[in-house]
Amino acid sequence: MSQTLTDSARSGSQAAPPPPSRRKRKSWRRQEGAAHVFMLPWLLGLVLVTAVPMLASLYLSFTNYNVLSSPEFIGGENFARLVEDPRFWNSVRVTVTYVFVSVPLQLAFALLLALVLDKGLRGLAIYRSAYYLPSLLGGSVAVAVLWRQVFGHSGLVNQFLALFGVEGSSWLQNSGTALGTLIILNVWTFGSPMIIFLAGLRQIPEEYYEAARVDGASAVRQFSKITVPLLTPIIFFNLILQTIGAFQAFTQAHIISGGTGGPSDSTLFYTLYIYQKAFVSFDMGYASALAWVLLAVIGIITAVHFTLSKYWVFYGD
Amino acid sequence: MAESTMTATEHPPTSTGRLGQRASMTQRRRRSSILRHGGLILFGIFMLYPLIWMAVSAFKPGHLVLTDPSIIPTELTLENFRLGWEVGEYTFLVFFANSTIVALSCVAGNLIACSLTAYALARLEFRARKVYFAIVLVSVMLPMHVTIIPQYIIFANLDLVNTFVPLILPKFLATDAFFIFLMVQFIRGIPRELDQAAWIDGSGPFRTFWYIVLPLMRPALITTAIFTFIWTWNDFFGQLIYLTDNAVYTVPVALNALVDSTSNQGVGTLMAMSLLSLAPILCFFAFAQKYLIKGISTTGLK
Repeated sequence: MSQTLTDSARSGSQAAPPPPSRRKRKSWRRQEGAAHVFMLPWLLGLVLVTAVPMLASLYLSFTNYNVLSSPEFIGGENFARLVEDPRFWNSVRVTVTYVFVSVPLQLAFALLLALVLDKGLRGLAIYRSAYYLPSLLGGSVAVAVLWRQVFGHSGLVNQFLALFGVEGSSWLQNSGTALGTLIILNVWTFGSPMIIFLAGLRQIPEEYYEAARVDGASAVRQFSKITVPLLTPIIFFNLILQTIGAFQAFTQAHIISGGTGGPSDSTLFYTLYIYQKAFVSFDMGYASALAWVLLAVIGIITAVHFTLSKYWVFYGD
Repeated sequence: MAESTMTATEHPPTSTGRLGQRASMTQRRRRSSILRHGGLILFGIFMLYPLIWMAVSAFKPGHLVLTDPSIIPTELTLENFRLGWEVGEYTFLVFFANSTIVALSCVAGNLIACSLTAYALARLEFRARKVYFAIVLVSVMLPMHVTIIPQYIIFANLDLVNTFVPLILPKFLATDAFFIFLMVQFIRGIPRELDQAAWIDGSGPFRTFWYIVLPLMRPALITTAIFTFIWTWNDFFGQLIYLTDNAVYTVPVALNALVDSTSNQGVGTLMAMSLLSLAPILCFFAFAQKYLIKGISTTGLK
């Protein structure tokens, strides 16, 4: 059947267009090929840079591997070792504290300033840029170096406190305060979620507020009944993004503690521990196990966020 | 809230009305506006103070850096820059050149590889499209730590540690899934009729991509280029593990080494080099602010 169709199409006069079905099928086949050509770099990357290393990493997590000799399969021993490793639990505690304190604070600042900047303000662009700048620089070695100076023994913070006759502490040498300085650094980068909040606030129709005002709703009530509900998708988006980012923080802790995670492991971020195990002591098998736990935790936390989001995120219609 | 809306509708042109009341309202409005701006400016200065202090300290003589917290300098010198620049066996010129090579190569890689992938995902019809797109979305969230160890082992076995290949090659293989996502979203906003017309006129997918879609994607490409540059410039983890030889140090790695080697009296030097290392980002920020803000508010990039 299709044979005769093609034949007739070919032998028929030039004026007659080929039957649509054949034409469609041919162009579809061409697109299938073309798509794979277009996606060749990505496909290669998916296999070579992501999939194969992921499988290798999963395998390594069940081995003892120090780079010099070949990996030795030891089953679940790395994971058993992990459970009994106080430094592992400590790094979990440090990271979880960092994420669960700094992200909410950062988002609160972001939302607060977005609200202040939102309506009819002159020079908005200047404020927006000034507040956004730290977000752009926050992850750099240079700013971490700066932070070391700011919170150092004779740093800016203590010089400032001295003006009021308060004697500052050695913030970075004290295991009770070192993590706090890193939390402040992360909160300081509230500019990027702030800009996303600003964009979200723009989407809320002004009529809602007008109607609420006509009904005599107070500013607080307008905020809690209009702004917050309509902003929940944006809050959720920022929350997921900043949480995943904070779990992977590394540079700041590495620079501030000189790569040790000190004092007394109080800034031993999870990623810093992975780095130490993998690239300082070349305990690659154990480090791979650590990495998989991180993946699992990020996966679980993201899933929990998504599940909980059903109860508080409001997607209009 | 009520007051802020009044500021939005400034000076209603009324000829009648009770003048006294209007004056007091204007006054109140002005006072609240001054208060708000005052607060915002103070807060801004407070936030940016460390950065300003860094910039000023870079130009202060070493002995004043830690004793004088003021940002109004009494003495200025370029000594810190001279000391820092020629710190070791190699000057910062080498590190800046290395960072520039890495960052620009990564920009090229991301632009080429991600735009090709995004075009296929957004416009071409093929069986695995949905699956591929789902993989792109999931890999946005994948922490690099799960793949970095085997990647390192592979590159070490290929004798590519202490070269820029491990940093650049992945970008040419479209591993920055976020930018693929960004571009797919952008292409979806370009009217389909445009490339369909080209298609009907007989141009194939490659010509259509090159002559029609790519030029229209310019804003997405600019956003990708700027953010890739800044991220790569700021990146530390990858550069720290792959670049262990002084000659191939990038700026962040060199700065890290400088921290280890300088004692307290070198703070001015450290600030000078830190300031310089941020200079390209600050320049980008000054010139491309509009794109940066737009990029982040539409996509959530950092």
